[in-house]
Amino acid sequence: SGLGMFSTIICGFLSPLVVKRLPEHVQVDDPAVVKRLAKKLERQQIPLRSDYGYKVSLFSHLHQYSRKAPLTQLLSIPSTVIHPSIVRLGLQYSQGIVAGSNARSVALLHAFKQVIRDYTTPPNEELSRDLVNKLKPYISFLNQCRPLSASMGNAIKYIKKEISNIPSQCKEEEAKTKLLKCIDRYIEEKIVLAAKAISKYAIEKISDGDVILVYGCSSLVNHILCEAFEKSRKFRVIVVDSRPRLEGREALRRLVQRGISCTYVLISALSYILPEVSKVFLGAHALLANGYVMSRVGTSQIALVARTFNVPVLVCCETYKFCERVQTDSFVSNELDDPDDLMVTRKGKTQLENWQDVSSLGLLNLVYDVTPPDFVDLVITDLGMIPCTSVPVVLRVKNLDQ
Amino acid sequence: MPGADKETDLTERIEAFLADLKRGGSGTGPLRGSGEMARETTYLLRRITAQARWSSAGDLMEIIRNEGRRMTAAQPSETTVGNMVRRVLKIIREEYARSRGSSEETEQQESLHKLLTAGELSEENFRQHFVHLKANVIEAINELLTELDGTTDNIAMQALEHIHSNEVIMTVGRSRTVEAFLKDAARKRKFHVIVAECAPFCQGHEMATGLSKVGIETTVIADAAIFAVMSRVNKVIIGTQTVLANGGLRAVNGTHSVALAARHHSTPLIICAPMFKLSPQFPNEEDTFHKFVSPHEVLPFTAGEILSKVNVHCPVFDYVPPELITLFISNIGGNAPSYIYRLMSELYHPEDHKL
Repeated sequence: SGLGMFSTIICGFLSPLVVKRLPEHVQVDDPAVVKRLAKKLERQQIPLRSDYGYKVSLFSHLHQYSRKAPLTQLLSIPSTVIHPSIVRLGLQYSQGIVAGSNARSVALLHAFKQVIRDYTTPPNEELSRDLVNKLKPYISFLNQCRPLSASMGNAIKYIKKEISNIPSQCKEEEAKTKLLKCIDRYIEEKIVLAAKAISKYAIEKISDGDVILVYGCSSLVNHILCEAFEKSRKFRVIVVDSRPRLEGREALRRLVQRGISCTYVLISALSYILPEVSKVFLGAHALLANGYVMSRVGTSQIALVARTFNVPVLVCCETYKFCERVQTDSFVSNELDDPDDLMVTRKGKTQLENWQDVSSLGLLNLVYDVTPPDFVDLVITDLGMIPCTSVPVVLRVKNLDQ
Repeated sequence: MPGADKETDLTERIEAFLADLKRGGSGTGPLRGSGEMARETTYLLRRITAQARWSSAGDLMEIIRNEGRRMTAAQPSETTVGNMVRRVLKIIREEYARSRGSSEETEQQESLHKLLTAGELSEENFRQHFVHLKANVIEAINELLTELDGTTDNIAMQALEHIHSNEVIMTVGRSRTVEAFLKDAARKRKFHVIVAECAPFCQGHEMATGLSKVGIETTVIADAAIFAVMSRVNKVIIGTQTVLANGGLRAVNGTHSVALAARHHSTPLIICAPMFKLSPQFPNEEDTFHKFVSPHEVLPFTAGEILSKVNVHCPVFDYVPPELITLFISNIGGNAPSYIYRLMSELYHPEDHKL
């Protein structure tokens, strides 16, 4: 399955040893794996998306797609294999319309709700097994549009488990309502209520007169700042942004709308602005089992420079983003975005216009990077405020619960 | 009268130079490299020496000092101008001492006796008239100009001592010196270069196209990815705008992050800077260190309403402390940052540090 990376980790006496299979999307340089994937996609009747442009040799094991060639161009619309809401979702992912860890997970869950509503069990089949099989090509399709995030992977694991746990005597309507309620509860508990709990803890850490630095657009951090402002804390915010995504502008808009006084700089001006800063709040894409924080590229740089200026770094992350993977650098597992995004037109001239024609020139547009735990002072989760190294403890507690 | 014509011609040239300096700094005029700036300043100083009216070395030094003050006031961030003025002042002092016949060592030594009797000594010098002083000074300035012409080549010649095969080298933004350095090494060795684009001016793009044209494997990355890729980098080679008196740098913004990332990964940080960039300034002068340009580079006017509600900063320079730097490569060879103070005492006279 395409979710081999999220299978059970070695947990000693708790469960038998399961050897993890490396996910396909970090083995693009292995032709056998690519062939296997192509065969699987053919079986599921999903088109294979081809790579674009010259890939930097350090990242030849990852995919690199162009936004101008979405997967839907190779699909016949309306598709008989893939549910239309999934097709729409895939397109929204690949074009960057739905971006951000929480947004993507919530959109995914809503799309799955629609799929479940429209689902009818074929005769002589059990809902618990057939629905799971129906979801597999959808997941492959979404993976082709944009590699799944850790939070999406955990959500899918949860749904699959819920579906397989439906008893066989259960009537279809009842089963479907039960599943829809499960999904709603998941969103409510893991995302909405978690955000409230995290805000409560985080607001204790914000004092009057603080100057808070945030990076990019994290829905959770924006929520915390807006809540703190509602509770009449006096602080100002510095939004740091970076090319080529420039997500900070969205965060800036949201904060300014609420009336929070903001400053805006690019990441290269970090050393200039940090002496004014009292705290740094960062969002996370996933928290890895060895304590590393996987987040938008540039986060590790901010944490490094903040550490040099002795500014505390606080990471805010819901527990459903905790991941059993381990990673020490930003190369082995990452995502490559469209390299054309790096081009810029200044004073009417685009320097890198014909970069494809020059054989020794490559553009690298990384999406994620990992921050070592010694740069992070505190992680604020819905279970409380923990140090970075306590992530495997939380995972174990979660496994016991389930 | 021919004398008056020459004078007006000279003043015109000086005024034109000052206007150029003022315009060039705001980003609206054509961007000039520091090397060009240094050469133009030295030409102008040579012209002043040749055409202005002066009878003794003291007069000439007064004239040059005045002009130097005006030039640095026109564009404080362009330190090469001030550096060249100080070099020429040192040349005049040396030529005067040579004409007087006194050996140079006694001038340099800082004995207790000299310190106590300092006041009277500096007053009485430089009033004597020497016939050949003008010719000597102009010849020395010509030597300085030849040195300036050859700086980039001198630095590039040292490239093969520092770059081996299959290295991954990181650089930031655009520096003509570093470009020449890397191109020279590429003639004999194969290596990769990662260029950080250095927003918002994105000069890294020009650098990358220049390097890839000669066949060097180049990758352009965004500034945010500097720490992420630093673990694969063997050396960081960058240029700078100024080398400060304590061995620190005033370089393009983003350089401090690069230096910190390099220190974290124990990657050597090498600065390619010609000697004319060495300035007797220290980084403590807060109001003269930073320079800002229009914030529309960072947040364009198309952003709309929020522009009136936010503060936007666009600093141009960054301070890099000397502890983060491994090596300086200049036209006179390689030096550690702790040696910079000694080089400075050879280039400039302590009394000229403040113009």
